Amino acid sequence: MISAPDVVAFTKEDEYEEEPYNEPALPEEYSVPLFPFASQGANPWSKLSGAKFSRDFILISEFSEQVGPQPLLTIPNDTKVFGTFDLNYFSLRIMSVDYQASFVGHPPGSAYPKLNFVEDSKVVLGDSKEGAFAYVHHLTLYDLEARGFVRPFCMAYISADQHKIMQQFQELSAEFSKASECLKTGNRKAFAGELEKKLKDLDYTRTVLHMETEIQKKANDKGFYSSQAIEKANELASVEKSIIEHQDLLKQIRSYPRRKSKGSDLCSRETEYTQDRPSQAATTSDPEESADTDRYTCRPAYTPKLIKAKSTKCFDKKLKTLEELCDTDYFTQTLAQLSHIERMFRGDLCYLLTSQIDRALLKQQHVTNFLFEDFAEADDRAVVRQESAPAEPSQDRPPSRSLEKCPIPQVLISMGSYRSSVESVLIKMEQELGDEEYKEVEGTESGSFDPQDNLDCLDMDMKGSISSGESIEVLGTEKATSVLSKSDSLGSLTVPLSPQVVRSKAVSHRTISEDSIEVLSTCPSEALIPDDFKASYPSAINEEESYADDGKGAIHFQVGTSPPEPGEAEEGSVENTPLQTDASCCIGKETGGPQGPLSSPALTLSDEEGVVSTPPQRSRQKDQGFHVDFAMENSNLSSRDHSSEGFPAYELDPSHLLASQDDSKTSLDDYSDSTSCVSSVASTSSDRMPSSAHPTGPSSERHKKRAGQNALKFIRQYPFAHPAIYSLLSGRTLVVLGEEEAMVRKLVTALSIFVPNYGCCAKPVKHWVSSPLHISDFQKWKLIGLQRAVSPAGTGALHALSRYSRYTSVLDLDRKTLRCPLYRGTLVPRLADRRTHIRRGSTYYMHVQSVLAQLCAKAFLYTFCHHLHLPTRGREAEAAAASRQASFLQLSLGLVNEDVKVVQYLAELLRLHYTQEHPGAIQPTLRFDYVPSFLYKI
Amino acid sequence: MLRWLIGGGREPQGLAEKSPLQTIGEEQTQNPYTELLVLKAHHDIVRFLVQLDDYRFASAGDDGIVVVWNAQTGEKLLELNGHTQKITAIITLPSLEACEEKNQLILTASADRTVIISLNPEPSEIAMVTKGPVWDCDTGRQVQKVSCFQSTVKCLAVLRRLDVWLSGGNDLCMWNRKLDLLCKTSHLSDTGKKSSLWLSVRFYSMNWISALIEIPKNCVVAAVGKELIIFRLVAPTEGSLGWDILEVKRLLDHQDNILSLVNVNGKLIVYLFIYYVKFCTYIHDLCLDLSFVTGSHVGELIIWDILDWTVQACEHNFWDPSPQLDTQQEIKLCQKPNDVSIHHFTWDEENIFVAVGRGLYVYNLQMKRVIACQKTAHDSSVLHVAKLPNRYDIGSPWCFLSLICSSDRQLISCSEDGSVRIWELREKQQLAAEPVPTGVYLCSERVNKQASHPVKKQQENAILFSLELIGDLIGHSSSVEMFLYFEDHGLVTCSADHLIILWKNGERESGLRSLKLFQKLEENGDLYLAV
Repeated sequence: MISAPDVVAFTKEDEYEEEPYNEPALPEEYSVPLFPFASQGANPWSKLSGAKFSRDFILISEFSEQVGPQPLLTIPNDTKVFGTFDLNYFSLRIMSVDYQASFVGHPPGSAYPKLNFVEDSKVVLGDSKEGAFAYVHHLTLYDLEARGFVRPFCMAYISADQHKIMQQFQELSAEFSKASECLKTGNRKAFAGELEKKLKDLDYTRTVLHMETEIQKKANDKGFYSSQAIEKANELASVEKSIIEHQDLLKQIRSYPRRKSKGSDLCSRETEYTQDRPSQAATTSDPEESADTDRYTCRPAYTPKLIKAKSTKCFDKKLKTLEELCDTDYFTQTLAQLSHIERMFRGDLCYLLTSQIDRALLKQQHVTNFLFEDFAEADDRAVVRQESAPAEPSQDRPPSRSLEKCPIPQVLISMGSYRSSVESVLIKMEQELGDEEYKEVEGTESGSFDPQDNLDCLDMDMKGSISSGESIEVLGTEKATSVLSKSDSLGSLTVPLSPQVVRSKAVSHRTISEDSIEVLSTCPSEALIPDDFKASYPSAINEEESYADDGKGAIHFQVGTSPPEPGEAEEGSVENTPLQTDASCCIGKETGGPQGPLSSPALTLSDEEGVVSTPPQRSRQKDQGFHVDFAMENSNLSSRDHSSEGFPAYELDPSHLLASQDDSKTSLDDYSDSTSCVSSVASTSSDRMPSSAHPTGPSSERHKKRAGQNALKFIRQYPFAHPAIYSLLSGRTLVVLGEEEAMVRKLVTALSIFVPNYGCCAKPVKHWVSSPLHISDFQKWKLIGLQRAVSPAGTGALHALSRYSRYTSVLDLDRKTLRCPLYRGTLVPRLADRRTHIRRGSTYYMHVQSVLAQLCAKAFLYTFCHHLHLPTRGREAEAAAASRQASFLQLSLGLVNEDVKVVQYLAELLRLHYTQEHPGAIQPTLRFDYVPSFLYKI
Repeated sequence: MLRWLIGGGREPQGLAEKSPLQTIGEEQTQNPYTELLVLKAHHDIVRFLVQLDDYRFASAGDDGIVVVWNAQTGEKLLELNGHTQKITAIITLPSLEACEEKNQLILTASADRTVIISLNPEPSEIAMVTKGPVWDCDTGRQVQKVSCFQSTVKCLAVLRRLDVWLSGGNDLCMWNRKLDLLCKTSHLSDTGKKSSLWLSVRFYSMNWISALIEIPKNCVVAAVGKELIIFRLVAPTEGSLGWDILEVKRLLDHQDNILSLVNVNGKLIVYLFIYYVKFCTYIHDLCLDLSFVTGSHVGELIIWDILDWTVQACEHNFWDPSPQLDTQQEIKLCQKPNDVSIHHFTWDEENIFVAVGRGLYVYNLQMKRVIACQKTAHDSSVLHVAKLPNRYDIGSPWCFLSLICSSDRQLISCSEDGSVRIWELREKQQLAAEPVPTGVYLCSERVNKQASHPVKKQQENAILFSLELIGDLIGHSSSVEMFLYFEDHGLVTCSADHLIILWKNGERESGLRSLKLFQKLEENGDLYLAV
C-alpha cells in the first residue's frame, strides 16, 4: 500500500471541501507569455478573440417595411453575450442577402393576389471585419396588414468561428428549419384567423353598404343615380372584390397543408391539423370552404367592424410583433427551440464534432453502451431506437416524429427529397453540366476551355475582390438545381461526397479576404422540389393553373422587386464600392450579363430551367436589387463549385492550408452521411421536448464536471481508492458511511461515475440512507451512502452492515477506513492514477469514460466470443471451457488478477441486458464471491 | 464454546460470526452459492415451502397467501388468496396417473378453520365441482374451500394409494379428491377412557393431532401429545358401505410431547403445531427393517418397527445427562427445553440426521448410535435439516461410485439465527481430539474438549465421522423457517423476515445465461460462426 508520507499532504479535512488543487506558481524563467486575449477569458484556440461578442448567439431580424432591417431579439437575451457587436448593422447585412423571391401580388392571368408559399432560404454569410460569421435562415411570414401580405424575417446563428458554421451547416439548417416551421405554422393559423376576421368585417361592410344603397334607391326613385349613389356602388363593388380576394387568400392559406406540409414541422398541433386535413380534402375536394369554415369558426364570436373605403396608408400604423404574427404558443415553442439550438451548438467546433461522433458511435454500440453512459443520454438513445425503426423503410425522408403519425402517402413522397442526399446527387449531375456551362462561359469571356484555367481565373477574381475592399461575394450555393421531380427516387442513393466539403472549400478561398461580407453558401434546398420552385416563382400557388408567359412574369417580377429600394439604398450606402465594381468581381457577372439570355436556353435541361430561365429578365434590370444578382450568381457559382468537384482539393485550391483537415472532414462527412438518417433522427429526438428536456443538458454537464472533480479529489485523497473503485466495477456494493450527509452525498455522486448500470434506467446508486440495510438493498443498489448515527437505529444499521459484510465494501468517511477485498489488477490504476496530471473535473470524467469504454469493449468481446462459452465438441468437460475463458481473459484481453472479475461482472450484465425481453423488468441477481476482506487505513 | 449455555439467555439473532465454535471465514471455496435473488411477496412470516415440480415451488406463511414461484428465474407465477388467517399446513395432492391433465392440487389448511384446494397452475385446469366452491377472481383459478372444521387443521396427509387425504386437528377426517368427507373420527378427547388420562395433562392442545404419517397396511400414525395413535383406514367393501377409521393402538413410549414424525417415502408430511409436534418418519427402505422414527420434545428419538409397532431403538440421550454430570446440569437443561428438543430430522439409507436444539446429530441406524455431531451448529435452534442428494444417484451410470462418494454427503441446516449452513459429513482420518458424540459428551462446565477423550476411546471399532462446516449463507435478517433444495436451481429459503431467497450457483447460472445469449443471437440471426 501507499506509505503514509504520500498521503499526508492530502489528508487535511478541509481540503476535501476546497476547489481543485492549486499548483505552486512556476518560476519566472519557465513561464510562458500569456495569451494576449487571456484577459477576455478566452483560450488561445478561441476564434472569438477577434470578435466583438463573447460567444455564439442567435439573432432574429426583420426587414421592416417601415424602418428597414432591424434586430428583434437575441438568444440568449443577454447584452453581455453580443457585447459591442452592432446588431443593427449586422441585421442589415443578413437581411440584404435574402434570396426568397417572396412575392405576393397579382400574378398575370389571375385576378386575385396569390400567396406564395416560399421556402426558407439558408445562407451562410461572413463578415470578417466584424469577425462574425452567420448561418442565416430567411423566412417569410404573412401579415394581412403588411405590404404584399408578407413580412420577411430571418434567424441567424452568429458565431466567430467560420468553420463551425460551415461544418455544422446541415445540423443548423435542420434545427432552424424546425424553428421556422414552427413559426410559420403558427403564422398560418394566425393569418387564417386574421383573414376570417377581415372577411367578416367585409361582409358586414357589404351589408351596411347594401342597406345604404337600398335606402338611397328608395330615397330617389328618379331613375338616375346620384354621384353619391355611384360612389356607394363603386364602394360596394370594391368591397365585393375585396371579399373575393380575401376568400381566395383564405382558401390558399388553408390549402397549404395539403400541398406542402412535409411532416417536417415539429408542431404537434400542426400534425393534428394535417391529419384532419386530408380527410376533409378527400371528402370535399373543391368546396372546402364549408368544411374549413367550421374548423375555423368555432372560435369566440367576433364582432365585425365597418371597414372604411379608403384604407389608411401604412406608415403610421403599428406593425404586428412577431409574437402577434404567430400564435403565442407557437412563438414560445419557437423560442424554446431556438434556445435549444443555442445550447446545442454552444462551445468549440471540435467539441461539437467530437460529441457528435461520440453520440453516433455510442448509438452503434447499443449492446454495451448502457453500462456506463448517462441516464439522460441513455434516455435519448432509447427514444432514438424507438424512432429509427419506423424511419427505416424510407431512408430518404427527413426524420420527424410527426411523420409517424402522418398517414398521408403523398406527403411522404414529397418528402422524398431529403436534403443532404438529394443535394449530393445533384452535385454529381452538376459536375457534367457545370463543365459545359463553363466552357460556354469562358469561351465567350476568356477563350479558355480549360476548366483548370477557369479556376485560376476565378481565384484571381477573388483576389481582386480583396483589393476592392468591401464587397459582397457569393461563393457558392447549391440552389442551382431543381432537379428532382416528386417521384424521383434519386434521393435515396447514397452520397459519395458531402456538400459540406464543397462548402468548406469555398470557405477556404475566402480566408484571405478582409472587410467583406461574404455569402459563403446558400442552401435553399427547397428549390430542388419543382413545386417549391414554382411557388417561389411569381405565380399562383395552384399547380393546375397554367404558367404565365415569360414576358408577363417579367413585368410582375419587376413590380415585385422594385419595392426593396430602401434596402438597396442602405446597402449602397454601406458599400464603398460602386455596384459596378461589385458586379465585376462577381464571378457570375459574365453569365449574368450579356450571356444570360443566350446561355440559359442553351442549358435548358429540364432541371435547370427553374433557375437559369430567370436571369434573362433580371439581366435587363440588373441594378434592380442585390438579391437578384445573388441569385444569379449563386446559380453560376454553385455550378462552378460542382464542377470543381472532380478535382482534388489541393488542385482546386493550392492556397488553402487545410487540405489535410479537409481529408479528415471528408471522412467525417462520409461517416455522418452514411448515418445521416440516424443522426438526424437523434437530433430530432433530442428536441422533441424542448421545454422539458433541455434544462437538463447543461446541468448534467455541470454534474459530470463536478462528479469528475470530486472523484479526482477522492483518488488523490485516499490511497485506497483503487480497491474501492474495484468494488464498484466488480459489482460489490460499496457503502459510504459517514455522519455528514453533504459529504457522503458528494462522494457518492463522485463515485457513481464508476458504477456500471443495469439497463437504461437510473444508475443503481442510493445517495443517502439512514435505515438499516437489507439484503435486497444490496441487490438493488451498488453504491449506497449510509448515515452513521449514534441512535439505536444507527447501531442497528451498523450491525446489519457487519452481518452482510460479505456483500459489501465499507468506506468509512469519518474514520477514513475502507473494508473491502484485495485488489491487485492493473486496470484501476490506469483509471484512477493518484499522480494523474489531469486537473479538471470534466477532463477526468472523459478520461474515465474512455477507459471504461475500453473496458466495455473487452467485456463485449468476452461475452460474445462464441467459442469461449459453448462447447466446441459435442461433449466437453466444463473445466475445459473454464480454462479457455481464463486464458482468453488473461492472454487475449491482458487482464490480471482481479481485473478478470470486473470483466466477468460486466459480461454478466451484458448477458442479462441482451437476453432480457423487457429491459429493466427483472433485477439482476446479487452476485458475490467468498473472498476475504481487508481493512485499509490511511 | 459453552459460553451461551452457561451464560443463559439466547444470543441475539444474526450473530453467527460471533459463535465461538463453528465459524467459517469469508473464504468459502466449497460454497457453490454465489448468487442470490430476493423474492418478495409475503407480508408476514413465511413458514412453508413446498416443491411442486422440477422448477416450481409454493410458499405459504402467516399472511395466509400462497405464492407459486419459478425457481429458475425467481418469477412470481401466481398468488393464491383465500385464507383469512395464517396457514398451518400445506401439501400437494399429486395428479392421478390416469388423469391426463397434469393438474396439481395444493391443499392448504389455515387457522381460519378452512382447507382450500387450489388448482395449481398448469395451463389447462379442470373445473371442480363440489359444495361451496369459491372462485378466486384475482387469479382466475378455481379454489375450493372446506370450512366444516371445528378446529384448526394442524396437519394434512395424502394417501396416494387410496387417493384420499386426511386432515388432522381435533379429530381425524378423511376426504377424497372431490372434497367429500369420507369419514371422521370422533373427537379425540372422547376416544376411549384412557384419554381422560391425558386430557388432564397440562395442555388442552395436546388433543390435537400434531403429525400424521402413513404406514403400511392402510394405517396412519398420528402424534397426539405424548401418544402415538395408530389408525387403520377401512376402505368400503361389499359389506360396509362407507369408509371407516379404526383406532388400532396407542403407543406411549415418549416421555414428552412428540415433535417430529418423518416419513421416508420421499415426501415430508409435515406440519403443524409449533410447540408440540413436528415430524414422524417412516423409514422404509431396502436394507433396513421397516421402521418409523419419532422424535420428541425432550430429545428422544425412537425408531419403531413399522409392522408390529414396537420400539426398535431409542436414542434419548442426546441431551441425557451422562452419569458424570451432576444433577445441577440436568436441571439447567430442563430449564431449556428448546436446547434439547428435536425440531426436525431427516435420513438417508444409513443415517438419521437430527436437529437437536442448536446442534446437529447423525445417528447411524446400523450401529444404533450417534456417529457424528455438531453441538452448536447454529446460534439458536436449528429449524430444518436436509441432506443433499448424493451427487451420483442410483440410476445414473455412476451409481457404482456412490459408495466411493458416500463421504461426500452434504447436509444443510437452517436456524432461528437467520443463517443457513452447509455441512459435510466426512470420515475422520484419525482419532483426533475431536468430540466424538455419543451424547455423553455434553455441556459441562468443563470446557475442555479433552474431557470427552476417554469416552471416545470406547468406540474403537467405529468409523468416525465429523460434520465440517463448508459454507454459510447469510441473507435473512430473521429466523430461517425452512428451505427447499432444487437439484437444478439451487436452494430456496424462507424466513420470518417475510422474504424468500433463492440461492444459486453463480458459475452455473452464468453459463446458462451465456447459453441463452447465444441462443438469442442465433434466433436473431446474428450468430456468425468463425470458419
